Formats: sequence, C-alpha cells, structure tokens
Amino acid sequence: MRIKATATALLCMASLMSTTATADQARQAMLVNTCVACHGENGNSVGPAIPTLAGLSPNYLMGAMLAYKYPDADKLEEVIDADIDFEDVEAFNRYGTIMNRLASGYTEEEIKMIAAYFSDQEMHRPDQVFDSAAAKKGKKLHTKHCEKCHEDEGRVADDDTGVLAGQWAPYFLYSMADFNNGDRDMPKKMKIKLKEIQDSVGHAGFEQLAHYYASITD
Amino acid sequence: MKKLNRRDFIKYGSGTVAAGAITLGAPNIALGSTKKVVVIGGGAGGAIAAKYIKKADSSIDVTLIETNKEYYTCFMSNEVLGGDRDISTIRHGYEGLKKHGIHVVHAKATGVDHDTKKVVTDAGDNFAYDRLVLSPGVSLKYGVIEGYDEAAAEIMPHAWKAGPQTSLLRKQLVEMKDGGTVIIAPPGNPFRCPPGPYERTCQIAHYLKHNKPKSKILVIDAKDKFSKQGLFTQGWKARYDGMIDWVPAADTGGGVTSVNAAEMTVSTDFDDIQGDVINIIPPQHAGHIAHVAGVTDDSGWCPVDLGTFESKIHAGVYVIGDACAAKGMPKSGYAANSQGKVCATAVIASLNDIEMTDPSYVNTCYSLIAPDYGISVAAVYRLAEDRSKIAKVAGGLTPSDASKEALQREVQYAYSWYDNIVADMFT
Repeated sequence: MRIKATATALLCMASLMSTTATADQARQAMLVNTCVACHGENGNSVGPAIPTLAGLSPNYLMGAMLAYKYPDADKLEEVIDADIDFEDVEAFNRYGTIMNRLASGYTEEEIKMIAAYFSDQEMHRPDQVFDSAAAKKGKKLHTKHCEKCHEDEGRVADDDTGVLAGQWAPYFLYSMADFNNGDRDMPKKMKIKLKEIQDSVGHAGFEQLAHYYASITD
Repeated sequence: MKKLNRRDFIKYGSGTVAAGAITLGAPNIALGSTKKVVVIGGGAGGAIAAKYIKKADSSIDVTLIETNKEYYTCFMSNEVLGGDRDISTIRHGYEGLKKHGIHVVHAKATGVDHDTKKVVTDAGDNFAYDRLVLSPGVSLKYGVIEGYDEAAAEIMPHAWKAGPQTSLLRKQLVEMKDGGTVIIAPPGNPFRCPPGPYERTCQIAHYLKHNKPKSKILVIDAKDKFSKQGLFTQGWKARYDGMIDWVPAADTGGGVTSVNAAEMTVSTDFDDIQGDVINIIPPQHAGHIAHVAGVTDDSGWCPVDLGTFESKIHAGVYVIGDACAAKGMPKSGYAANSQGKVCATAVIASLNDIEMTDPSYVNTCYSLIAPDYGISVAAVYRLAEDRSKIAKVAGGLTPSDASKEALQREVQYAYSWYDNIVADMFT
C-alpha cells in the first residue's frame, strides 16, 4: 500500500511539473501542424521537390528559417548574435520561392520550437529512382569532395551540415543550382569543392551526386 | 535526372507518431466514459479533423460520416480538364483513416438534433456525439442564374465538385470542334477556391492551344477583379495570347444572369451569347447539412469563433473549411486543412477541459498556368487579439518578375504539395 501511495504522490508531482511541458508541447504541435501538410508527416516529405526536414540538426533548421526570414545579411547576423540559442547557428543567405514568404510569420521562439521538433524525428529515406552507373560515379565524387564535411555518406546531421543521404533528388538538384549560380551562400570550403566538381566533370557531376544520394535508403 | 518520374517514387505509409501527438487521454479513462466526436464530411477539412483528433487522443470515439466512398480532390482537377492528368490520380479512399481507428460511415447526414446531440443519416441510423464537426464544403445555389438547375448542369457542367462533373466537362472539350467557343462563367465572391476559375481557364487554353488552336475562351465574370489577377493576366499573355477574352462584370452589367441549356446560350443584361462548351460556376453557400443543422446566418455561411471554429449559433458544434466564414482566410483546400487541425486541437481541449493553445494557421495555394509555369499565394496567419479575424502576418504572391526556372519549380512544388497534403488527409 505504501509503495502505491508513494507512486501516486510521485505521479501527482509529475503531472504538476508537466503542466508547463504539456502546454509547450501543445504549442509546438500547433506550429508543426502548419508545416506538415507540405513537408510530410513528421517532416518526412512524400513529394520529391519538397525537402524532408526530419532528422536535420536544430542549428541547420534554425539557420534555414532565419535565413528565409531575414534576407538582409547584416540583419541576419545581428539576430543570430543577439540570441544565445543561436550561438552555433551558421546562417547563409538562401534563395526561396515559398519559404521566403512564410518564414517571417514565425517568431524566433517559434522557429526554435519547430526546429526542435523536426530534429527529433527519424528521417525515412525513400526509395527513389536512380541510375546505378551514375550513382557509382557520384559516390566517387562524394568521397573525393564532400565526405570530409558530410560524413558517413552524407548521413550525419550532428555536425549541422545538411543531410544528403536519402534526401529527395529533385530538391538536392534545386539546391545545387542555387549554390552554383550564387543564389544561395555557402561556407568558403564548400564553394571551393563545388568549383572543383564543376571544373573536373561539369554539371553532370551534380546529377551523379544526386543519383548517389538517392540510392542510399538505409 | 530527367528520367525521374514523380509517380514512380514509392511512398511509405504511416506508422509513425502524429505531428500533433499529445497524450491527454487519462481523464477520460478515470471517468470511465468514452467521449464521442462525429465529423460530417470527409474532404480537406473533415478528414484532417477526424484524423488529428484520433491521433492526439485515441480514447475519443471518432465517427466520420461521408456520402462518397471515393473522394476526388478539387485541387489538381483543373489539370484533368487540361488533359495532362488522369482523373484516377485525384481519386482517394478512406482505408487509411479506418486504420487509425476512425469509424467511417458512408451515408448522407440528413439531420442534427441539438437537444439529444445526435446526427441522423439517410440510412436511418443515429450517431450520438459530445462534439460535432461539420466540414460540408459548399452547396451550389441553383436557380440564382435563371435556368441553371441540376438538369442544366448535365449540359453545362459546373465541375466545381470534382468527380463525374470534371469528367463530363473534359469529355465535352475533347468532343468540341476546332474553332469552337468555350464559355466560363465564374461567380461573385465569396466562393470555393478563388483562383480556381482562372487556373481552369489556363488549363483549358493549354489543351486547346495544342489540340484545337482556332478555338477561343470567353470568361464572363460576375466580378471586376479576381485572385492572383496580375499573375494570371501575365500568364495568359505569355502563353495563350489572343485565345482568352476575360470580360469583367462592369462590361456586362454583372455577368451571366440566365442560361438556356437547350440552345447552349448564356445571357447577360446586354447580350445572348452562344457557346460550344459552357462551364457555369454558380454562386455558392455552406454545404446543405450546415443549413439543416441551423448553423448558417443570413450570408449563407457559418459564423464561428475564429480561434476554435466553434459555431457562434450552437455550442459544441464546429464548422471548418469552405462552409465557415473564416474571416481573413480564403476558401482553399490548404485553409481547410489548417482549420481542421486548429479545430481538432480545440475539440480535444474542450473535451478534456484544458486550455486551448494559441492557434496558428497557414495557406499555400498553387495555380498551374502551363506544365512549366506555376504561380502561388502563401500566407501565415494568427488570430487577431479581439478574435475578429484571422490576420495575415506573413506571405505573398509569386513575384511578377519571377524567373523561368522559379516558375518551373513552382509546378514541381505544386505536385509535391499535392502528394503531401493528400497523404496528410488519407494515410
């Protein structure tokens, strides 16, 4: 009986303590609900042009949203510098069609909640159509130019890089086009690497990389 | 990568936790009572409300009453008219919702008894509820345009509810001679899918341009301006120059006032005009059951609290989607989706007697001008402090100087949007 009573007391305490947590959770769910009709359940998109958000790092997701929200580079830097939660966020200006119109509808606090949710979800790598020969060439390019930062064949998110393995190929190619024509900023190292690929194999190299990342389903 | 075909991508089903999953079931179990929610209408709003209520609180008994066993989305149905899409690709069933434990009843809801809290169907069955969600879409107001009734709609299709009407209009376009005139008559505001008639104009023009290039489209509008007007006008000029003649209400004294289905003519205050294919999109009001349930006002739509979608006329009854007067939001599929989720959260909060979290809403609506030319409007909304409207806090249109590449991407985003929103509804 005594054990039961203690357990009940503990449960009551837990429920009191979790009131705030539940309210936050409800708020987070409300916000995330606005995203998933386009980005898929839990952020796993089933439409190939729209990226999967599940499993990306919080810093990556916050950086993307802040970049869409603040197209002005100085303002973006100012916002990131002003908030300790953005300490490890590296934001690069980003070209958008839809998200650049929507992101300013969310506060910084809401962006944090949204990012926290999607980073907690497991990324599902869908079966995509790919060409084996092209994927093989893409693998070589990845190993030579990309693996150093996008580790484990582009699976790793903890280092705040974009997850490449199993991301949708059409979305990946849109991103590459934006990087290559200067519509989206990137780290200096990456810029050098993209130029190396461009100089050695040309545009075909990015298509080969897309086939390679599309081939990874585990 | 050009070989990648969107339809070849294998989709994975559900099986993961709902985005909005919060466990609030304990109080029900403690009280030993099962709370019942009935949702009427299994479209963009109702399917979502049913699913999100069930997934967030599985202890709630959720029944979805929907007339049709197969649902055709209105979104993308214009592409069926243009010929680039088969109607089977916009047809969806309810097996996915059943797997969530939702009772799906295919019957027509014919009555709501507010005193005993029961819904009656045409099969004679009763469904008790603690909370009722109505998502009945729109009913077409026959007879406002003189001569346009259900029989006339079989000759001059409205195609404003996807399905057989879409197929009928498509068939007429295919059978029309080259050099024919297609008349489209959009209604005045408010109505379902404000950019819809103008996307339809594009899709029909796309078909005619490639198959019957001597043909013309005459749009006789009941309005003087319309959604995404600048972008559509730009698209018509760029792709279908000389083929489309849009006539504002001011030029006809208010648009089409009567039709003669036998003669295939439409009349305005000034003119009788003959068409080879005639698409009348009649004025609309809230779906029939909303009127039966007594939750409409003089406007023909349903006044609701904009933070919960609870009817201002009958407590415990919620109205979402096209049928409600969601001041500030358009009558679109995505708006219905967003409202369905806000409503689901409100219903759960109400049943469990907890405080409702601040609502958040979004809308994204694409229109396909051509297979490589898409435009959109998108917005994020918040509830105004005095709850008087759902206020836009961010958003906008495709820029008028968008690059060719950007317009191409918008088409692909539209297709992926479709894949995701349909999965949200039916899996």
